[in-house]
Amino acid sequence: MFANHKLIAFETIVIKEVRRFSRIWLQTLVPPVIMITLYFVIFGNMVGRRIGEMGGFQYMEFIVPGLIMMSVIQNSYSNVVSSFFSHKFQRSIEELLVSPVPNYVILTGFIAGGMARGLAVGAIVTVTAMFFTDLSIQYPLLTIAVILLTSIVFSLAGFINAVFANSFDDISIIPTFVLTPLIYLGGVFYSSQLLPPFWRIVSGLNPIFYMVNTFRYGILGSSDVNIYWAFLILGVFIVVLYSSCIWLLRRGTGIRS
Amino acid sequence: MTIAISLKDLRKVYANGTEALKGISLDVEQGDFFALLGPNGAGKTTIIGIISTLVNKTAGNVEVFDKRVDTHIYETKLDLGVVPQEINFSQFEKVQDIVMTQAGYYGLPRKLASQRCEKYLRKLGLWEKRSERSRSLSGGMKRRLMIARALVHEPRLLILDEPTAGVDIELRRSMWEFLTEMNNKGTTIILTTHYLEEAEQLCRNIAIIDDGEIIENTSMKSLLADLDSQVFILDSATEIPAQLNLDLPNISLYRIDGHSFEVTVTGDQSINEVFSRLDQQGVKVNSMRNKTNRLEQLFLARLRDN
Repeated sequence: MFANHKLIAFETIVIKEVRRFSRIWLQTLVPPVIMITLYFVIFGNMVGRRIGEMGGFQYMEFIVPGLIMMSVIQNSYSNVVSSFFSHKFQRSIEELLVSPVPNYVILTGFIAGGMARGLAVGAIVTVTAMFFTDLSIQYPLLTIAVILLTSIVFSLAGFINAVFANSFDDISIIPTFVLTPLIYLGGVFYSSQLLPPFWRIVSGLNPIFYMVNTFRYGILGSSDVNIYWAFLILGVFIVVLYSSCIWLLRRGTGIRS
Repeated sequence: MTIAISLKDLRKVYANGTEALKGISLDVEQGDFFALLGPNGAGKTTIIGIISTLVNKTAGNVEVFDKRVDTHIYETKLDLGVVPQEINFSQFEKVQDIVMTQAGYYGLPRKLASQRCEKYLRKLGLWEKRSERSRSLSGGMKRRLMIARALVHEPRLLILDEPTAGVDIELRRSMWEFLTEMNNKGTTIILTTHYLEEAEQLCRNIAIIDDGEIIENTSMKSLLADLDSQVFILDSATEIPAQLNLDLPNISLYRIDGHSFEVTVTGDQSINEVFSRLDQQGVKVNSMRNKTNRLEQLFLARLRDN
């Protein structure tokens, strides 16, 4: 397959993915915004006023980066896991598998679709946040880099979940029992400085903790983690997850008999 | 003659231990209209799955136009169009989007994809439905949509796995005409079907597969030549005498009721003599039909022998 054919195939997958989540916008784009708005109103505004400052910032300012990151993580993951599993469930994945599209183009296409939804929801949440607080970004390039890389990581993770999933239950187990606790314990609502030393070390084992804090550093200029260390973690996750996805596709796990 | 598809000692054992293919070897020539027949579970769909890479083979070799599917993945897939047995497109997408998306997977530029999409949707009578969601299509339309989708990259080899299953007779015949036209234009076609009449009507060569093995691989003509008897049902306008006897060698008669009877013709015996003897005995035949499809008789006989 020539490079221009691969590019057309890649565009086709991405357009199909974007069309899919745009068609069901009431399920994909609206709920995260409502949920995040409630977080702003309840935690940021009502509870936040009593909390005062966190990490040297008003509580509302403090939670905004975490909430944006939370929406990007959840939506990147859920777009890929639901779309790829739905392709498997309806057997429309066979359209792709019988075609000459290389595995890496298939994977990249789904990842780009996941990123598109994650970033679209992230952008909507950011605009929503502007109604509640003044938002100025300290390090724009770093902010963009960390959100893109995080979106890639969770799109890849969603892909692996979808490959192994055999039922609709299987695509909700990981988000409910693994992803959500990791996000909530990843420093979205609090600074790790408040934690006792033992729990601070435990937080250090949670990769989402690094992503949230690096993103917070990009926006507020303050972080609980070493930024270089955070980028290294993101890089390692991308390499390991990408290689695993390609290996699974080559083996045909969950998609070929 | 170029070989469109060549299977060599193809074996498949599924994870649950089922041995679906026990060393299948088969060649289909370019331009052929080839029938792959067999009872349910014989291994037809597994063969198609292996050719189209949806099923991983356990052993053996598959070549499409002299290129190994394992090593020339992209070239072989460009030559191949597959119409699966079960509906496998998104039920939520529009008809046109399904075909356009498939064209995109094959790297067709948008303008060319659009032209091909219109061409095949029109040919298959789906152009008027192009903006409708696929779930709203009838069963026959869904099958035609899968054919349009498989043809959008204009493959040299088209494999159809029971394309007319559940399709009404009128539509089935229009699909036969379409497939014959495709074959006449040079597309090699491999067809699996449960309608033996369909295979007899369309295909030049045939392989019968049973329990993972090929038990017959020959031309349709020579297979049908093996048929040494045919059974006809004749309907008479007049009452058939209770003691009807034609007194002809290689002919046996069985009276079904007062107005119809079965005639079994064996060997080279001409059916014309049957009519003249009946006429002499005052029996006026006003209709005649085969009791069973000729290929069906052979098919069942081969399976019994196996």
